[in-house]
Amino acid sequence: MDTPDSGGKTPLGRKTAETGINFTSSTRFSRGLTFIRTHTLFGQSPTRRIIPQTSLLQENADSQKIAFLLRKQWTLYSVTPMYKFSYDNLKEYSRLLSAFVATEKQKGLAVEVGNDLGIKVTLSTFLGLKGTDQDQIAILVQIASRSQLPFENAEDKVVWSGWFCCISGDDLLESVPEDFTCLSLFLANGAESYTAIVGSWFQKTFDCYFSRLTISPLNLAWMAAMWTGCKVDSHIAATELVFSVPCIPQSLDISYAIHPEDAKALWDTVQKTPGEVTQEEVNLFMDCLYSHFHRHFKIHLSATRLVKVSTSIASAHCDGNIKILHSKHLIGVLMLLTELAISQIQ
Amino acid sequence: MQQRENAKNPKQALQVRQSSLSAWQIGARTAGPKTVHLKSAQKHEKEKQQSASEQAGSSTQNHLEQALTYFERVKDYIPLRKNEVLQKHLATVESIALQRGLSPEGLNVLLNVALSGHLADTVNSRILKCLIPASVIAESSVVSAVSWLCVGKCSGSTQLLFLRWLIAMFDFIDHKEKLHALYGFFFCSLQDEKLGMQPHLQALLSLYKLFCPELVSITLPAKMKVRNGLILPACSTDTNNPARSKEINHVDILSHSESFPVEQLHTFSQLLQNIHRLEFPSQMGSVLRNSLLLHYINCVKDESIYLRLYYWMGQTLQEECTWYKLDNQQYEEEFKDFLDIVYKTECFLQEGFSSCEEFLYKSLPLWDGFCCRSQILRLVSWIPLSSFSEMKPHLCEPLAQLFFTSSLYFKVIQVLLSFCLTLLCILKLMSCVNVVCFSDCCSRNTTLSGLLNSVAELIHFVGWISTVALRLENNATFLMYFILDFYETVCDVYLKYNLPLLVMPPPGVFYPALLSMDSVSLNQLCYIMYRYRTNLVAAKENELIKKTILQFKFSSQTYQEYNQYIMAMVGCLWTSSAFQKDIHPQGIRLDPEVLKKTRVQEVRSSFNIVHHPALMGYAILFLQQAWPEDKTLNFNLIKGRRWNWYLEYLYMQGLQGLKLFIESSINRVSQPCYILILTSP
Repeated sequence: MDTPDSGGKTPLGRKTAETGINFTSSTRFSRGLTFIRTHTLFGQSPTRRIIPQTSLLQENADSQKIAFLLRKQWTLYSVTPMYKFSYDNLKEYSRLLSAFVATEKQKGLAVEVGNDLGIKVTLSTFLGLKGTDQDQIAILVQIASRSQLPFENAEDKVVWSGWFCCISGDDLLESVPEDFTCLSLFLANGAESYTAIVGSWFQKTFDCYFSRLTISPLNLAWMAAMWTGCKVDSHIAATELVFSVPCIPQSLDISYAIHPEDAKALWDTVQKTPGEVTQEEVNLFMDCLYSHFHRHFKIHLSATRLVKVSTSIASAHCDGNIKILHSKHLIGVLMLLTELAISQIQ
Repeated sequence: MQQRENAKNPKQALQVRQSSLSAWQIGARTAGPKTVHLKSAQKHEKEKQQSASEQAGSSTQNHLEQALTYFERVKDYIPLRKNEVLQKHLATVESIALQRGLSPEGLNVLLNVALSGHLADTVNSRILKCLIPASVIAESSVVSAVSWLCVGKCSGSTQLLFLRWLIAMFDFIDHKEKLHALYGFFFCSLQDEKLGMQPHLQALLSLYKLFCPELVSITLPAKMKVRNGLILPACSTDTNNPARSKEINHVDILSHSESFPVEQLHTFSQLLQNIHRLEFPSQMGSVLRNSLLLHYINCVKDESIYLRLYYWMGQTLQEECTWYKLDNQQYEEEFKDFLDIVYKTECFLQEGFSSCEEFLYKSLPLWDGFCCRSQILRLVSWIPLSSFSEMKPHLCEPLAQLFFTSSLYFKVIQVLLSFCLTLLCILKLMSCVNVVCFSDCCSRNTTLSGLLNSVAELIHFVGWISTVALRLENNATFLMYFILDFYETVCDVYLKYNLPLLVMPPPGVFYPALLSMDSVSLNQLCYIMYRYRTNLVAAKENELIKKTILQFKFSSQTYQEYNQYIMAMVGCLWTSSAFQKDIHPQGIRLDPEVLKKTRVQEVRSSFNIVHHPALMGYAILFLQQAWPEDKTLNFNLIKGRRWNWYLEYLYMQGLQGLKLFIESSINRVSQPCYILILTSP
């Protein structure tokens, strides 16, 4: 097939400068994707991660909104870059999305009996929720049902919330043209039917793709190690690991709770360089916990599957549910989740 | 109760009536002037109704008549509050409507009053919600209702409710000719923000658009998708994204033309006429099913198109991949269809998608080799050619693992696959070499040779897995056939594709074929060696007369390898010097002392064309035909002139490969014969 844009060359070949095969200019569907390939390890996770030292929120952060994010169960999704999303149009989007939600909810009712559903969707920016200055501004989406009470100032009740963010997603950002907005991590709280409706509206409107973001046992172990090492002044909770043993007919869960100070002491002996965590250290930390458990209960936890991690910082479930407990470590947790989301979409 | 049922279905209602009314009335009703007969039919209906429930019926009927008369006389605004008369009549209408439905006349009266704006909105809403027809709705009532809307007396919410009622009751309207003429009005109302957003209206319009697309110029949103799944997005322009509509408007101003919505794109000529003002679909994934749009994106330089497609396809493949799911049965068919579409698109575009390539690299190591097999293998053939070092760990190794652990049948498939892969690479290279001009080629020398090396390595890789497979399967003939088939392509690359590439089969393939029990394999090998020779000779001549386009040469090692094989072959088949002349390091040369110890008689001639196990059957048949009286089967009779007769006999049996090989590689003019070996130029 002749392509007018290939300038006399063939549609052959592609990318990868490092191998000397360099027909990049003549490809179409692999065009401009070189960057992605260089960053892709085909799903492998990195062997080293940096713990952000300045994990504090930026100054302009709205503390009320931040508090809203904490202590709630959020379901994680990864989102591919959104095409032609504009921060200037949030009001318009709110209006369109409200109509879409109402439409979807009324589907199947011919002549709707009773009042309107009284649903209002609001999109707003989430200032200060950034890891680096390059990160795109986070977005909060809320669905509120209008109060049925007769008073003028009765508050609307939020029935569903979701937010998009991308903390330290520089790698992805650099590689994507301006028309795209990278808000790769999406967190939802509320009825799944609303998540589906909102997700499908975004997919339709900005040609993006939502996928559930599950957390592998390996990454849960990383979380266990990284969060154990974080300093917490208040609301100290036990470090708890839940393991699942596949049994028939019902699976068996083993909960392993450790006093947070003991866990921290163990981690401090394992970690070599402050501010940095390696795969080896994570393995060693978990192995220590496993052998301790084996000494007491004669059960090899390494043969089971890690399904949940709870610490004073946050708790995470392998199904892709997360609860963040501390605003101080919010950015750090989101950074790791963003990394996982980006690795899922690339 | 019967009335309620009738109201639900006009056809049923008609049947019931047919049984109660005489046939001529029905005939007249459907054929003659409508309104009059409709009313007469309705009166009959009423009479029947009354006779059925004489006592209770008459009193409620009176109440209804009163109520209708009341509503008919409303000429001014009447408030609801503290208006007991209105409330009483309203309640009557509501209860009767819910019990047995309303007559066309009743509906007419109530529609008029509800849309006249004389009553409060809550009353209008209650009236509209109880407009349940007992039989049909007169078209004239609907037309007059629409005219009320034009006057704008009633509120937006009442208008909206009326439209919903209209859509729900559409099938109950007795005739629709006049109503059809009013569609312009409905289209206009779509521009209205409040009315236009209604899914009911849009659903109606999209149905209409299906039948008369030229009449509906408004773009309607595509069917909504709640579940992420293998539903390819519908091809439609986006009306939702203000950022994009603005962009389109901007273009409009400049070009003084409207953009052309993709929904209306049906023919190639339309594409050509509107190519300058075509809008992209809101979801790029939809182009997969639309060949016209595929043509279009083929000639548009816009990175965002590829990126949108890249992300969408990558995620869809990953999310829907069957072998990642636990209960995969129900999704496998869906996934297969999707892979087929992707493959067809790749064929159409003549290029692989990088998202698909990455998906294969990621998921092949986890593949069971069975699920969606033909789809996966076909997609593998579209993986863009890259360096072998990159392909090997992601592609070749997982496939090799599957190859060694699966059945014979699957091995054959795998060889075929590798064959396809190589062939494709070759084809691509060929197009590349043909197009890239000479000077360009020089500057890109490294690049081209890199590509050639990749193909060569791939062929070596296939050679390696073939060697192992033949050993595992005890040189199965069926497998050998496919492997040699592969080499039939490989040996002819130079002449067929004009590529300076020649890879000999490994000894693990060559010797089992040479010593095979099967004449088909031997014949195939002879043909392959003949083609290798032809290619090498051509290359040599081209180099000598400097006709060569490319600056590549076959190394002297290639010639040497060929010569080693040819000497072994001629030694076995012709000169009866098997085990002697073979100089290949992995060949079948054996020490005479060792051979002696085997005590096999005439060891040296045991693989010539007479005694070779693959040909001995022919030799026996030949002897039986030539000397039918001799039952001793004396193979030594075949020599001299008879040797030549026997050769002709073999050729007549279809061993054309053998013929070509012997005629090209052995000089039989002088005695003793010479093996025609090749020297590198």
